[in-house]
Amino acid sequence: MAIEGADLIRATALMGAGLAMGIGAIGPAVGEGFAAGKAIEAIGRNPKEAGLLTRTMLVGQAVTESTGIYSLVVALLLLFVV
Amino acid sequence: MSYSSEIWVGAAAYLGAGLAVGFGALSVALGEGYAAGKAGQAISKNPSMAAPVMKNMLIGQAVAESAGIFALVVAMLLAFADTTGADLLQAFAYLGAALSMGLAAMGSGFGSGLPAAECCEGIADNPEVQGGLATNMLIGSAMCQTPAIFGMVVSFILIFFDTSGMDLWPSWAAILGAGLGMGLSAIGSGLGSGMPAGAATQGIARQPMAASGLRTNMLIGSAVSQTPAIFGMVVSFLLLYMDWSSLPAWPGWAFLLGAAVSVGLGAFGPGIGNGMIAANAAAGIARMPDTQRTMTPAMLIGMTVSQSTVIYAFLVSLILLVTPVQASDTIVSWMIPLAASLCMGLGAIGPGIGEGFVGACTVTRISRGMENAGMLTRIMLVGMAVTESTAIYSLIVALVLLYVV
Repeated sequence: MAIEGADLIRATALMGAGLAMGIGAIGPAVGEGFAAGKAIEAIGRNPKEAGLLTRTMLVGQAVTESTGIYSLVVALLLLFVV
Repeated sequence: MSYSSEIWVGAAAYLGAGLAVGFGALSVALGEGYAAGKAGQAISKNPSMAAPVMKNMLIGQAVAESAGIFALVVAMLLAFADTTGADLLQAFAYLGAALSMGLAAMGSGFGSGLPAAECCEGIADNPEVQGGLATNMLIGSAMCQTPAIFGMVVSFILIFFDTSGMDLWPSWAAILGAGLGMGLSAIGSGLGSGMPAGAATQGIARQPMAASGLRTNMLIGSAVSQTPAIFGMVVSFLLLYMDWSSLPAWPGWAFLLGAAVSVGLGAFGPGIGNGMIAANAAAGIARMPDTQRTMTPAMLIGMTVSQSTVIYAFLVSLILLVTPVQASDTIVSWMIPLAASLCMGLGAIGPGIGEGFVGACTVTRISRGMENAGMLTRIMLVGMAVTESTAIYSLIVALVLLYVV
């Protein structure tokens, strides 16, 4: 089976997109889970500060999410632009 | 240079025999070593209990060993398989059988070691309850063996699978995938059902009054942690028993293999995540037995949400199995299903574990102070929703790969 050069490029770009999003989703999710877990421990200890702690948790998770979003952006670039 | 199919089948059988018992032995030995280590610790803490600790260590190790023995049986069957007149598909069936058994034993072997280890430690700490500890260890370890038994069932089906009249393409991918999907998906469940079993055994030593509550929790927790392996088994049976004769060889094989990879990898995280939540719930019940009623709903909600990522992976597997496939031999056409399955399968690992951690912290907190249970459960769901987002990105990218590009 002969593989055209352009086909090979397209196929590797698609596989790259899949791997980027697949592997890239592991880290942020574990990290966000850790942040949320710790926030819940803190709220349990000091329920009066629940609002502040929830906000802090969300800010922390938003930053953690960024690498997941980078993966998504790269995946979408590989899917639609390259 | 070309060999007859009998040569290839023989080669696959021997390679498979090595892989099955190799993977199987790896984790079983770790689990038994962990139990022996804890037994040593326990005896040094309380030398007067040396004999019962030793006895229970051996019982626990024997149960953990069963996953290794299953792997040994499969390896023996493969090593002495009769390959005369076998067609090439049989080679893939043997490899699939080896992967199914070997990988499935990896979770159960170590998982069963956890209750055995906690039983030894518990006997040294609280000798009066050794009977209850031993019973709980046996129930818990036996539950942990279930994923290995799923793996063994699929493995036996594959070894004795009738491949006559089937085309090599694309059936080889279905047969190999059935073993691979089952084996991979059982790893997380085996480890995940060991965690609550270990924690419940430890809890009984600390708080013998709570034994029945702990046992209930262990049974629910272990059973729910098995779900990812069951999804894997469903995909495995679909691969084995659906008719693939009308599926075009190219790129059909990639759709079949992709279905196995997606659910296999995707089951790993939720299996472990569920185990973390149930284990912390057991520790909480041992600390404050009357919090069980308040904590169990939070535990089950947490486990369900953590389970969602394997459901995405299962969904992608089913899509791959039922999508009408157009014959095409371009590299793009078969790379797409493989990329989509890796994307969803790998992408489900992190959220499953992360959400498990959120749920685990929540049940621990609720066990320390019930009055905030409602608020903590709400915040748990917010935290889990954010953690879920990356799994949803993976699902989106997988669906875009399958339907858009």
